[in-house]
Amino acid sequence: MNDTRRQILNYIERNCKVDLKELAILLGTDEVTVVNEIDAMEQEKIICGYHTMIDWEKAGVDQVNALIEVRVTPQRGRGFEHIAQRIYNYPEVTSVYLISGAYDFLVSIEGKSLMEISRFVSDKLAPIDDVVGTATHFILRTYKEHGTVLAQKEKEERMLVTP
Amino acid sequence: MRNPLSKQITEIKPSGIRKFFDIVSEMKDAISLGVGEPDFDTPWRIREEGIYSLERGRTFYTSNAGLMDLKEEISKYLERKIGVKYDPKKECVVTVGGSEAIDIAFRAMLDPGDEVLIPQPCYVSYDPCAKLAGGVPVAIPLKNENEFKLTKEELEAAITPKTKILVMPFPNNPTGAIMTREELEPIAETVKEHDLYVLSDEIYSELTYKGTHTSIASLPGMRERTLVINGFSKSFAMTGWRLGYVCGPELILEQMLKIHQFAIMCAPTNSQYAAVEALKNCEAEVDRMRESYNQRRRYLVSEFKRMNIPCFEPYGAFYVFPCIKEFGMTSDEFATRFLQEEKVATVPGTAFGDSGEGFLRISYAYSLEDLKVALGRFESFITKLRS
Repeated sequence: MNDTRRQILNYIERNCKVDLKELAILLGTDEVTVVNEIDAMEQEKIICGYHTMIDWEKAGVDQVNALIEVRVTPQRGRGFEHIAQRIYNYPEVTSVYLISGAYDFLVSIEGKSLMEISRFVSDKLAPIDDVVGTATHFILRTYKEHGTVLAQKEKEERMLVTP
Repeated sequence: MRNPLSKQITEIKPSGIRKFFDIVSEMKDAISLGVGEPDFDTPWRIREEGIYSLERGRTFYTSNAGLMDLKEEISKYLERKIGVKYDPKKECVVTVGGSEAIDIAFRAMLDPGDEVLIPQPCYVSYDPCAKLAGGVPVAIPLKNENEFKLTKEELEAAITPKTKILVMPFPNNPTGAIMTREELEPIAETVKEHDLYVLSDEIYSELTYKGTHTSIASLPGMRERTLVINGFSKSFAMTGWRLGYVCGPELILEQMLKIHQFAIMCAPTNSQYAAVEALKNCEAEVDRMRESYNQRRRYLVSEFKRMNIPCFEPYGAFYVFPCIKEFGMTSDEFATRFLQEEKVATVPGTAFGDSGEGFLRISYAYSLEDLKVALGRFESFITKLRS
Protein backbone atom coordinates (compact mmCIF):
# COMPACT_ATOMS: atom_id res chain seq x y z
CA MET A 1 0.00 0.00 0.00
CA ASN A 2 1.32 3.43 -0.85
CA ASP A 3 2.00 5.93 1.90
CA THR A 4 -0.78 8.33 0.86
CA ARG A 5 -3.33 5.54 1.14
CA ARG A 6 -2.03 4.49 4.51
CA GLN A 7 -2.18 8.06 5.81
CA ILE A 8 -5.68 8.62 4.44
CA LEU A 9 -6.94 5.43 6.06
CA ASN A 10 -5.26 6.19 9.38
CA TYR A 11 -6.92 9.58 9.38
CA ILE A 12 -10.44 8.74 8.26
CA GLU A 13 -10.56 5.65 10.46
CA ARG A 14 -10.89 8.13 13.31
CA ASN A 15 -12.64 10.98 11.55
CA CYS A 16 -14.41 10.34 8.27
CA LYS A 17 -16.17 13.70 8.43
CA VAL A 18 -12.99 15.56 7.51
CA ASP A 19 -13.20 18.01 4.64
CA LEU A 20 -11.17 16.46 1.82
CA LYS A 21 -9.51 19.71 0.86
CA GLU A 22 -8.32 20.01 4.44
CA LEU A 23 -7.21 16.37 4.51
CA ALA A 24 -5.09 17.07 1.43
CA ILE A 25 -3.36 19.91 3.29
CA LEU A 26 -2.77 17.78 6.36
CA LEU A 27 -1.17 15.03 4.28
CA GLY A 28 0.86 17.39 2.12
CA THR A 29 -0.84 16.36 -1.12
CA ASP A 30 -3.58 17.74 -3.37
CA GLU A 31 -7.33 17.33 -3.18
CA VAL A 32 -7.63 15.45 -6.47
CA THR A 33 -5.25 12.77 -5.21
CA VAL A 34 -7.18 12.35 -1.99
CA VAL A 35 -10.54 12.14 -3.76
CA ASN A 36 -9.23 9.64 -6.32
CA GLU A 37 -7.58 7.44 -3.71
CA ILE A 38 -10.72 7.37 -1.57
CA ASP A 39 -12.91 6.57 -4.58
CA ALA A 40 -10.57 3.79 -5.60
CA MET A 41 -10.46 2.36 -2.09
CA GLU A 42 -14.27 2.40 -1.93
CA GLN A 43 -14.40 0.52 -5.24
CA GLU A 44 -11.86 -2.00 -4.01
CA LYS A 45 -13.82 -2.44 -0.78
CA ILE A 46 -10.82 -1.42 1.25
CA ILE A 47 -13.13 1.21 2.68
CA CYS A 48 -16.23 -0.79 3.60
CA GLY A 49 -18.42 1.94 5.04
CA TYR A 50 -18.61 5.07 7.16
CA HIS A 51 -20.35 4.46 10.44
CA THR A 52 -21.18 6.66 13.36
CA MET A 53 -20.22 5.82 16.91
CA ILE A 54 -23.16 6.57 19.16
CA ASP A 55 -23.52 6.56 22.91
CA TRP A 56 -27.14 5.38 22.95
CA GLU A 57 -27.34 5.62 26.69
CA LYS A 58 -26.63 9.34 26.50
CA ALA A 59 -29.13 9.65 23.70
CA GLY A 60 -31.75 8.31 26.12
CA VAL A 61 -32.47 5.23 24.04
CA ASP A 62 -32.67 1.90 25.82
CA GLN A 63 -30.42 -0.60 24.21
CA VAL A 64 -28.89 -3.84 25.38
CA ASN A 65 -25.84 -5.45 23.85
CA ALA A 66 -24.57 -8.94 24.37
CA LEU A 67 -21.67 -11.10 23.31
CA ILE A 68 -22.58 -14.69 22.66
CA GLU A 69 -20.18 -17.58 22.52
CA VAL A 70 -21.42 -20.15 20.04
CA ARG A 71 -20.13 -23.70 19.73
CA VAL A 72 -20.96 -25.50 16.49
CA THR A 73 -20.33 -28.74 14.61
CA PRO A 74 -19.05 -27.81 11.17
CA GLN A 75 -20.48 -29.97 8.42
CA ARG A 76 -18.44 -31.88 5.96
CA GLY A 77 -17.78 -29.86 2.83
CA ARG A 78 -19.42 -26.69 4.08
CA GLY A 79 -17.06 -25.67 6.88
CA PHE A 80 -17.92 -22.69 9.02
CA GLU A 81 -19.00 -20.34 6.24
CA HIS A 82 -22.48 -21.75 5.94
CA ILE A 83 -23.19 -21.53 9.67
CA ALA A 84 -21.71 -18.04 9.90
CA GLN A 85 -24.03 -16.91 7.16
CA ARG A 86 -27.09 -18.33 8.90
CA ILE A 87 -26.11 -16.28 11.93
CA TYR A 88 -25.01 -13.00 10.37
CA ASN A 89 -28.09 -12.63 8.19
CA TYR A 90 -30.14 -11.67 11.23
CA PRO A 91 -30.25 -7.87 11.47
CA GLU A 92 -29.94 -8.04 15.29
CA VAL A 93 -26.46 -9.49 14.84
CA THR A 94 -23.90 -6.67 14.65
CA SER A 95 -20.77 -8.77 14.27
CA VAL A 96 -19.69 -12.37 13.91
CA TYR A 97 -16.15 -13.63 14.40
CA LEU A 98 -14.75 -17.11 13.90
CA ILE A 99 -12.26 -17.52 16.71
CA SER A 100 -9.70 -19.88 18.11
CA GLY A 101 -10.09 -21.42 21.55
CA ALA A 102 -12.84 -23.05 23.56
CA TYR A 103 -15.70 -22.08 21.27
CA ASP A 104 -16.14 -21.25 17.58
CA PHE A 105 -18.03 -18.00 16.99
CA LEU A 106 -18.22 -14.81 18.96
CA VAL A 107 -21.44 -13.06 18.01
CA SER A 108 -22.47 -9.61 19.14
CA ILE A 109 -26.09 -8.73 19.27
CA GLU A 110 -28.08 -5.62 19.97
CA GLY A 111 -31.62 -5.49 21.21
CA LYS A 112 -34.07 -3.33 23.16
CA SER A 113 -34.11 -5.46 26.31
CA LEU A 114 -32.60 -8.47 28.04
CA MET A 115 -35.78 -10.33 27.21
CA GLU A 116 -35.51 -9.57 23.51
CA ILE A 117 -31.96 -10.82 23.37
CA SER A 118 -32.70 -13.93 25.42
CA ARG A 119 -35.57 -14.72 23.11
CA PHE A 120 -33.38 -14.26 20.05
CA VAL A 121 -30.83 -16.68 21.45
CA SER A 122 -33.33 -19.33 22.46
CA ASP A 123 -35.65 -18.99 19.45
CA LYS A 124 -33.23 -18.26 16.63
CA LEU A 125 -29.62 -18.94 17.46
CA ALA A 126 -29.67 -22.08 19.62
CA PRO A 127 -32.03 -24.05 17.33
CA ILE A 128 -29.77 -23.74 14.28
CA ASP A 129 -28.92 -27.32 13.38
CA ASP A 130 -25.20 -27.19 13.77
CA VAL A 131 -25.16 -25.11 16.94
CA VAL A 132 -24.34 -27.29 19.93
CA GLY A 133 -24.19 -24.68 22.66
CA THR A 134 -24.31 -20.97 23.48
CA ALA A 135 -23.28 -18.75 26.39
CA THR A 136 -24.66 -15.23 26.56
CA HIS A 137 -22.73 -12.36 28.16
CA PHE A 138 -24.64 -9.11 28.55
CA ILE A 139 -22.53 -6.01 28.23
CA LEU A 140 -22.87 -3.94 31.37
CA ARG A 141 -20.75 -1.00 30.36
CA THR A 142 -18.66 0.08 27.38
CA TYR A 143 -15.39 1.76 28.22
CA LYS A 144 -13.72 1.86 24.86
CA GLU A 145 -14.90 1.13 21.34
CA HIS A 146 -13.25 1.61 17.94
CA GLY A 147 -10.15 2.88 19.73
CA THR A 148 -12.12 5.63 21.44
CA VAL A 149 -12.47 5.90 25.19
CA LEU A 150 -16.03 6.87 26.04
CA ALA A 151 -15.26 8.56 29.38
CA GLN A 152 -15.30 12.35 29.47
CA LYS A 153 -11.92 13.76 28.62
CA GLU A 154 -10.23 15.59 31.41
CA LYS A 155 -9.56 19.28 31.18
CA GLU A 156 -6.28 20.60 29.82
CA GLU A 157 -3.83 20.82 32.69
CA ARG A 158 -0.76 22.13 30.94
CA MET A 159 0.30 25.65 31.71
CA LEU A 160 -0.66 28.18 29.05
CA VAL A 161 2.88 29.25 28.29
CA THR A 162 6.10 27.28 28.76
CA PRO A 163 9.54 27.66 27.18
CA MET B 1 21.49 43.35 57.01
CA ARG B 2 23.95 42.13 54.37
CA ASN B 3 22.72 41.54 50.82
CA PRO B 4 21.99 37.82 50.74
CA LEU B 5 22.35 37.60 46.97
CA SER B 6 25.27 37.04 44.66
CA LYS B 7 26.04 39.71 42.09
CA GLN B 8 26.10 37.11 39.38
CA ILE B 9 22.57 35.89 39.92
CA THR B 10 21.00 39.32 40.28
CA GLU B 11 22.53 40.35 36.99
CA ILE B 12 20.74 37.57 35.15
CA LYS B 13 17.40 38.60 33.67
CA PRO B 14 14.45 36.32 34.34
CA SER B 15 13.25 34.44 31.27
CA GLY B 16 11.17 36.49 28.85
CA ILE B 17 8.62 33.72 28.88
CA ARG B 18 8.24 34.07 32.62
CA LYS B 19 7.19 37.68 32.22
CA PHE B 20 4.65 36.81 29.57
CA PHE B 21 3.40 33.91 31.64
CA ASP B 22 2.54 36.32 34.45
CA ILE B 23 0.34 38.33 32.09
CA VAL B 24 -1.29 35.19 30.73
CA SER B 25 -2.04 33.80 34.16
CA GLU B 26 -4.13 36.89 34.90
CA MET B 27 -6.34 36.13 31.91
CA LYS B 28 -9.16 33.79 32.63
CA ASP B 29 -10.60 31.74 29.74
CA ALA B 30 -7.61 32.41 27.49
CA ILE B 31 -6.70 29.68 25.02
CA SER B 32 -3.12 29.06 24.09
CA LEU B 33 -0.65 28.42 21.32
CA GLY B 34 2.13 28.99 23.79
CA VAL B 35 3.28 25.71 25.25
CA GLY B 36 6.60 24.05 24.67
CA GLU B 37 5.47 20.54 25.54
CA PRO B 38 3.53 17.77 23.77
CA ASP B 39 -0.25 17.59 24.06
CA PHE B 40 -0.08 13.80 24.04
CA ASP B 41 -0.08 11.90 27.28
CA THR B 42 2.98 9.75 27.85
CA PRO B 43 2.27 6.46 26.02
CA TRP B 44 0.50 4.12 28.40
CA ARG B 45 3.07 1.35 28.30
CA ILE B 46 5.68 3.82 29.56
CA ARG B 47 3.40 5.04 32.33
CA GLU B 48 2.71 1.43 33.29
CA GLU B 49 6.42 0.75 33.69
CA GLY B 50 6.63 3.81 35.93
CA ILE B 51 3.75 2.49 38.02
CA TYR B 52 5.24 -1.03 38.19
CA SER B 53 8.57 0.33 39.31
CA LEU B 54 6.84 2.04 42.22
CA GLU B 55 4.80 -1.07 43.04
CA ARG B 56 7.94 -3.16 43.13
CA GLY B 57 9.42 -0.74 45.60
CA ARG B 58 12.13 0.58 43.32
CA THR B 59 12.26 3.77 45.31
CA PHE B 60 15.99 3.87 45.98
CA TYR B 61 18.75 5.91 44.32
CA THR B 62 20.28 4.55 41.17
CA SER B 63 24.00 4.88 40.48
CA ASN B 64 24.95 8.49 39.80
CA ALA B 65 25.23 8.18 36.06
CA GLY B 66 21.95 6.27 35.85
CA LEU B 67 20.63 2.72 35.55
CA MET B 68 22.92 0.52 33.51
CA ASP B 69 19.93 -0.92 31.63
CA LEU B 70 18.88 2.56 30.61
CA LYS B 71 22.36 3.66 29.56
CA GLU B 72 22.68 0.54 27.45
CA GLU B 73 19.37 1.31 25.75
CA ILE B 74 20.44 4.93 25.20
CA SER B 75 23.66 3.74 23.64
CA LYS B 76 21.79 1.37 21.30
CA TYR B 77 19.22 4.06 20.49
CA LEU B 78 21.86 6.63 19.50
CA GLU B 79 23.74 4.10 17.43
CA ARG B 80 20.49 3.29 15.63
CA LYS B 81 19.38 6.89 15.19
CA ILE B 82 22.51 8.94 14.64
CA GLY B 83 25.06 6.27 13.88
CA VAL B 84 27.41 7.12 16.75
CA LYS B 85 28.35 4.52 19.35
CA TYR B 86 28.86 5.56 22.97
CA ASP B 87 30.18 3.35 25.75
CA PRO B 88 27.26 3.14 28.20
CA LYS B 89 29.69 2.77 31.12
CA LYS B 90 31.82 5.82 30.50
CA GLU B 91 30.27 8.04 27.88
CA CYS B 92 26.69 8.51 29.06
CA VAL B 93 25.11 10.32 32.01
CA VAL B 94 21.37 10.28 32.68
CA THR B 95 20.25 13.73 33.79
CA VAL B 96 17.24 15.55 35.15
CA GLY B 97 15.97 16.66 31.76
CA GLY B 98 18.11 17.98 28.95
CA SER B 99 18.33 21.24 30.92
CA GLU B 100 20.54 19.76 33.61
CA ALA B 101 22.84 18.40 30.94
CA ILE B 102 23.23 21.91 29.50
CA ASP B 103 24.06 23.31 32.91
CA ILE B 104 26.64 20.72 33.92
CA ALA B 105 28.22 20.72 30.47
CA PHE B 106 28.99 24.44 30.74
CA ARG B 107 30.17 24.12 34.31
CA ALA B 108 32.50 21.29 33.41
CA MET B 109 33.96 23.00 30.36
CA LEU B 110 34.14 26.75 30.90
CA ASP B 111 36.79 28.83 32.60
CA PRO B 112 36.09 32.50 33.37
CA GLY B 113 36.06 34.49 30.14
CA ASP B 114 35.60 31.52 27.80
CA GLU B 115 33.11 32.40 25.10
CA VAL B 116 30.09 30.32 24.17
CA LEU B 117 28.54 30.89 20.76
CA ILE B 118 24.77 30.69 20.87
CA PRO B 119 22.78 30.87 17.64
CA GLN B 120 19.59 32.78 18.37
CA PRO B 121 16.61 32.66 18.55
CA CYS B 122 16.94 29.63 20.78
CA TYR B 123 15.79 27.98 23.97
CA VAL B 124 16.12 30.21 26.99
CA SER B 125 18.69 28.34 29.11
CA TYR B 126 21.96 28.48 27.22
CA ASP B 127 22.70 32.14 27.91
CA PRO B 128 22.11 32.16 31.70
CA CYS B 129 23.68 28.74 32.21
CA ALA B 130 26.82 29.86 30.37
CA LYS B 131 26.98 32.96 32.57
CA LEU B 132 26.45 30.99 35.76
CA ALA B 133 29.37 28.79 34.72
CA GLY B 134 31.57 31.87 34.38
CA GLY B 135 31.47 31.88 30.60
CA VAL B 136 30.60 34.69 28.24
CA PRO B 137 27.61 33.98 26.02
CA VAL B 138 27.94 35.43 22.52
CA ALA B 139 24.75 35.45 20.46
CA ILE B 140 24.83 34.69 16.74
CA PRO B 141 21.64 36.24 15.35
CA LEU B 142 20.19 33.90 12.74
CA LYS B 143 18.27 35.19 9.77
CA ASN B 144 14.81 34.55 8.43
CA GLU B 145 16.18 34.50 4.86
CA ASN B 146 18.38 31.55 5.83
CA GLU B 147 15.37 29.88 7.42
CA PHE B 148 17.12 30.39 10.75
CA LYS B 149 19.92 27.94 9.98
CA LEU B 150 23.47 28.69 11.07
CA THR B 151 25.84 29.44 8.19
CA LYS B 152 29.61 29.01 8.07
CA GLU B 153 30.03 32.77 7.48
CA GLU B 154 27.96 33.69 10.53
CA LEU B 155 29.92 31.23 12.63
CA GLU B 156 33.32 32.42 11.43
CA ALA B 157 32.42 36.06 12.04
CA ALA B 158 31.63 35.28 15.69
CA ILE B 159 34.73 33.26 16.54
CA THR B 160 37.43 34.92 18.66
CA PRO B 161 40.51 33.43 20.35
CA LYS B 162 38.37 33.03 23.47
CA THR B 163 35.65 30.98 21.80
CA LYS B 164 35.42 27.51 23.31
CA ILE B 165 31.94 26.08 22.76
CA LEU B 166 29.39 26.31 19.97
CA VAL B 167 25.81 25.50 20.92
CA MET B 168 23.89 23.75 18.14
CA PRO B 169 20.20 23.87 19.01
CA PHE B 170 18.62 21.98 16.10
CA PRO B 171 15.82 21.07 15.48
CA ASN B 172 15.21 24.49 16.93
CA ASN B 173 12.89 25.84 19.54
CA PRO B 174 11.38 28.42 18.73
CA THR B 175 11.89 28.54 14.94
CA GLY B 176 11.39 24.88 13.99
CA ALA B 177 14.52 25.07 11.80
CA ILE B 178 16.52 21.92 11.17
CA MET B 179 20.01 21.48 9.73
CA THR B 180 20.76 18.75 7.22
CA ARG B 181 24.01 16.85 6.87
CA GLU B 182 25.08 19.09 3.96
CA GLU B 183 24.41 22.19 6.05
CA LEU B 184 26.24 20.78 9.07
CA GLU B 185 29.38 19.80 7.15
CA PRO B 186 30.82 23.33 6.71
CA ILE B 187 29.98 24.10 10.34
CA ALA B 188 31.88 21.00 11.46
CA GLU B 189 34.88 22.01 9.32
CA THR B 190 34.99 25.44 10.96
CA VAL B 191 34.62 23.93 14.42
CA LYS B 192 37.60 21.64 13.82
CA GLU B 193 39.67 24.37 12.23
CA HIS B 194 39.25 26.61 15.29
CA ASP B 195 39.48 23.75 17.77
CA LEU B 196 36.04 24.35 19.31
CA TYR B 197 33.67 22.04 21.13
CA VAL B 198 30.00 21.58 20.27
CA LEU B 199 27.09 21.26 22.62
CA SER B 200 24.47 19.71 20.35
CA ASP B 201 21.02 19.97 21.89
CA GLU B 202 19.01 17.37 19.99
CA ILE B 203 15.99 17.17 22.27
CA TYR B 204 13.64 17.54 19.27
CA SER B 205 15.52 15.05 17.08
CA GLU B 206 12.56 12.68 16.75
CA LEU B 207 10.39 15.53 15.53
CA THR B 208 11.99 15.95 12.13
CA TYR B 209 9.61 16.05 9.17
CA LYS B 210 11.95 16.04 6.21
CA GLY B 211 14.46 13.25 5.90
CA THR B 212 15.89 12.03 9.18
CA HIS B 213 17.74 13.92 11.87
CA THR B 214 21.51 14.21 11.48
CA SER B 215 23.68 14.75 14.53
CA ILE B 216 26.81 16.85 14.08
CA ALA B 217 28.54 14.22 16.25
CA SER B 218 28.23 11.78 13.37
CA LEU B 219 30.40 13.86 11.02
CA PRO B 220 34.08 12.87 10.62
CA GLY B 221 36.25 13.98 13.53
CA MET B 222 33.32 15.47 15.47
CA ARG B 223 32.54 12.72 17.95
CA GLU B 224 35.49 13.66 20.18
CA ARG B 225 34.52 17.32 20.31
CA THR B 226 30.73 17.04 20.66
CA LEU B 227 28.36 16.55 23.57
CA VAL B 228 25.04 15.15 22.38
CA ILE B 229 22.18 16.17 24.64
CA ASN B 230 18.83 14.50 24.26
CA GLY B 231 15.98 13.31 26.45
CA PHE B 232 12.52 11.90 26.73
CA SER B 233 10.39 15.03 27.13
CA LYS B 234 9.56 15.82 23.53
CA SER B 235 9.99 12.54 21.68
CA PHE B 236 8.09 10.40 24.19
CA ALA B 237 5.85 13.13 25.64
CA MET B 238 7.49 12.79 29.06
CA THR B 239 8.13 16.39 30.12
CA GLY B 240 7.01 15.95 33.72
CA TRP B 241 9.20 12.87 34.25
CA ARG B 242 12.27 15.11 34.05
CA LEU B 243 14.61 12.82 32.23
CA GLY B 244 17.36 13.53 29.76
CA TYR B 245 20.88 12.39 29.00
CA VAL B 246 24.19 13.49 27.64
CA CYS B 247 26.67 11.41 25.68
CA GLY B 248 30.17 12.41 24.69
CA PRO B 249 33.89 11.94 25.30
CA GLU B 250 34.78 10.29 28.61
CA LEU B 251 37.20 13.09 29.46
CA ILE B 252 34.34 15.60 29.70
CA LEU B 253 31.63 13.25 30.97
CA GLU B 254 33.81 12.21 33.91
CA GLN B 255 33.90 15.80 35.16
CA MET B 256 30.22 16.44 34.41
CA LEU B 257 29.40 13.37 36.46
CA LYS B 258 31.14 14.95 39.46
CA ILE B 259 28.82 17.96 39.36
CA HIS B 260 25.80 15.75 38.76
CA GLN B 261 26.82 13.55 41.66
CA PHE B 262 27.17 16.40 44.13
CA ALA B 263 24.25 18.54 42.98
CA ILE B 264 21.66 15.97 41.88
CA MET B 265 22.76 12.50 43.01
CA CYS B 266 20.76 10.74 40.32
CA ALA B 267 17.81 11.25 38.00
CA PRO B 268 14.39 10.09 39.29
CA THR B 269 14.46 6.30 39.60
CA ASN B 270 10.95 5.50 38.41
CA SER B 271 11.38 7.80 35.43
CA GLN B 272 14.49 5.83 34.53
CA TYR B 273 12.67 2.50 34.63
CA ALA B 274 9.87 3.96 32.52
CA ALA B 275 12.38 5.32 30.02
CA VAL B 276 13.85 1.85 29.41
CA GLU B 277 10.42 0.82 28.10
CA ALA B 278 10.25 4.00 26.00
CA LEU B 279 13.48 3.18 24.19
CA LYS B 280 12.78 -0.53 23.85
CA ASN B 281 9.18 -0.63 22.69
CA CYS B 282 7.74 2.73 21.71
CA GLU B 283 8.97 3.43 18.21
CA ALA B 284 5.43 3.03 16.81
CA GLU B 285 4.02 5.49 19.32
CA VAL B 286 6.69 8.02 18.40
CA ASP B 287 5.86 7.54 14.71
CA ARG B 288 2.19 8.09 15.41
CA MET B 289 2.84 11.33 17.31
CA ARG B 290 5.24 12.55 14.64
CA GLU B 291 2.67 11.94 11.93
CA SER B 292 0.08 13.88 13.87
CA TYR B 293 2.44 16.84 14.49
CA ASN B 294 3.36 16.81 10.83
CA GLN B 295 -0.30 17.15 9.80
CA ARG B 296 -0.80 20.11 12.11
CA ARG B 297 2.44 21.66 10.87
CA ARG B 298 1.26 21.49 7.27
CA TYR B 299 -2.09 22.92 8.29
CA LEU B 300 -0.52 25.91 10.08
CA VAL B 301 1.93 26.68 7.29
CA SER B 302 -0.89 26.55 4.76
CA GLU B 303 -3.12 28.78 6.89
CA PHE B 304 -0.43 31.43 7.36
CA LYS B 305 0.20 31.35 3.64
CA ARG B 306 -3.51 31.85 2.97
CA MET B 307 -3.52 34.83 5.35
CA ASN B 308 -0.43 36.28 3.68
CA ILE B 309 1.63 36.06 6.84
CA PRO B 310 5.27 35.37 5.88
CA CYS B 311 6.35 32.11 7.45
CA PHE B 312 9.14 29.85 6.21
CA GLU B 313 8.31 26.16 6.25
CA PRO B 314 9.88 24.68 9.38
CA TYR B 315 10.78 20.99 9.32
CA GLY B 316 11.41 20.31 12.99
CA ALA B 317 10.14 20.50 16.59
CA PHE B 318 6.52 21.61 17.01
CA TYR B 319 6.70 25.32 16.31
CA VAL B 320 6.14 27.68 13.44
CA PHE B 321 7.69 31.13 13.53
CA PRO B 322 5.61 33.57 11.50
CA CYS B 323 6.80 37.11 10.83
CA ILE B 324 4.52 39.89 12.07
CA LYS B 325 6.69 42.87 11.09
CA GLU B 326 4.05 44.29 8.72
CA PHE B 327 1.91 45.33 11.70
CA GLY B 328 4.52 47.78 12.96
CA MET B 329 4.52 46.46 16.50
CA THR B 330 7.19 44.74 18.54
CA SER B 331 6.67 41.02 19.12
CA ASP B 332 5.89 41.82 22.71
CA GLU B 333 3.23 44.38 21.82
CA PHE B 334 1.69 42.10 19.22
CA ALA B 335 1.55 39.10 21.57
CA THR B 336 0.16 41.22 24.40
CA ARG B 337 -2.57 42.78 22.27
CA PHE B 338 -3.44 39.44 20.68
CA LEU B 339 -3.82 38.02 24.15
CA GLN B 340 -5.88 40.92 25.46
CA GLU B 341 -8.11 41.35 22.44
CA GLU B 342 -8.54 37.77 21.28
CA LYS B 343 -7.58 35.83 24.39
CA VAL B 344 -4.98 33.69 22.69
CA ALA B 345 -1.57 33.21 24.27
CA THR B 346 1.47 32.99 21.99
CA VAL B 347 5.10 33.68 22.83
CA PRO B 348 6.86 36.76 21.44
CA GLY B 349 9.96 35.84 19.42
CA THR B 350 12.07 38.10 21.61
CA ALA B 351 11.66 35.68 24.54
CA PHE B 352 14.25 33.61 22.65
CA GLY B 353 16.74 36.37 21.92
CA ASP B 354 16.78 39.79 20.29
CA SER B 355 16.87 38.29 16.81
CA GLY B 356 13.36 36.95 17.43
CA GLU B 357 12.05 40.51 17.14
CA GLY B 358 9.25 40.70 14.61
CA PHE B 359 8.28 37.04 15.04
CA LEU B 360 5.90 34.96 17.11
CA ARG B 361 6.36 31.43 18.31
CA ILE B 362 3.25 29.40 17.56
CA SER B 363 3.20 25.93 19.04
CA TYR B 364 1.28 23.15 17.36
CA ALA B 365 1.29 20.86 20.35
CA TYR B 366 -2.50 21.18 20.27
CA SER B 367 -5.30 19.23 18.67
CA LEU B 368 -6.37 20.32 15.20
CA GLU B 369 -9.71 21.48 16.62
CA ASP B 370 -7.95 23.78 19.11
CA LEU B 371 -5.61 25.07 16.41
CA LYS B 372 -8.57 25.95 14.22
CA VAL B 373 -10.25 27.98 16.94
CA ALA B 374 -7.03 29.81 17.77
CA LEU B 375 -6.18 30.52 14.14
CA GLY B 376 -9.71 31.81 13.57
CA ARG B 377 -9.02 34.38 16.26
CA PHE B 378 -5.63 35.15 14.76
CA GLU B 379 -7.28 35.86 11.44
CA SER B 380 -9.88 38.18 12.91
CA PHE B 381 -7.10 39.98 14.84
CA ILE B 382 -4.94 40.63 11.79
CA THR B 383 -7.97 41.55 9.68
CA LYS B 384 -8.75 44.20 12.26
CA LEU B 385 -5.13 45.41 12.23
CA ARG B 386 -4.99 45.53 8.43
CA SER B 387 -8.22 47.45 7.97
